[in-house]
Amino acid sequence: MPDARINIPSKVARGEPFPVKLQIRHPMETGYRTDDVGKGIARNVIRTLTCRYNGEVVFAAQLSSGIAANPFLSFFVVARAPGEMIFEWIDDAGVKGSDRVDVNVA
Amino acid sequence: MKRRRLIQGAGALALVACVPARAADNALPSIPALSAFLAGRTPRFERIRLELPSIADNGFAVPMKLTVEGPFAPGPYVKTLRLFSETNPVPAMAAFEFPLPLERIEIESRIRLAGAQQVVAVAEMTDGRVYATAREVIVTLAGCMDGT
Repeated sequence: MPDARINIPSKVARGEPFPVKLQIRHPMETGYRTDDVGKGIARNVIRTLTCRYNGEVVFAAQLSSGIAANPFLSFFVVARAPGEMIFEWIDDAGVKGSDRVDVNVA
Repeated sequence: MKRRRLIQGAGALALVACVPARAADNALPSIPALSAFLAGRTPRFERIRLELPSIADNGFAVPMKLTVEGPFAPGPYVKTLRLFSETNPVPAMAAFEFPLPLERIEIESRIRLAGAQQVVAVAEMTDGRVYATAREVIVTLAGCMDGT
């Protein structure tokens, strides 16, 4: 299973907002749980998520342990020109993730 | 006839007594992180809508939908949307930023809630104006419990 799943319409109309759906595989560990031997599990949540569209930041999110595991996000972005969207995120452990999707503007 | 009216009156009275006292729509719970963000600004209780189930079975993943009513042009746009929790250990749950003007502000996600509480959504516009709303959620299984 890949680290993220991204879903946008196969074709979007120029100048119109279109939905972007994104789910990242991540435990979003709260830091309040303990393992089988009672040792605390360190907090590890995705802190920031950035969405770039043809190089320009169009959406960003600051997340916390208040977001469910395997965070799902859906938002709108205006279809300006054909190109690509790049999603990047980083968690407390400093692990970076990224994914991309092509935008087909009609 | 008199007896019928009496029964009707008693019924109405019983109905009123059954409706629990609810916080006024324009009262926000006191959350230090929220007060710090507002920094003395008084939010308007309009345009922003927070959809949450009134009873959430599972606090580990509560579906959330946040919308801000447009149209925004030619006035100010939404700059950030923030979610605050009344009783979660981390009250500032999330912030969503919109660096470019956007007419359709609609966010969906799934949040964790540590027990029954009010969740507050705040939208900050590019001119500094703030809109807010609060929703009360009853959580059956709190989302911070240890699995053991």
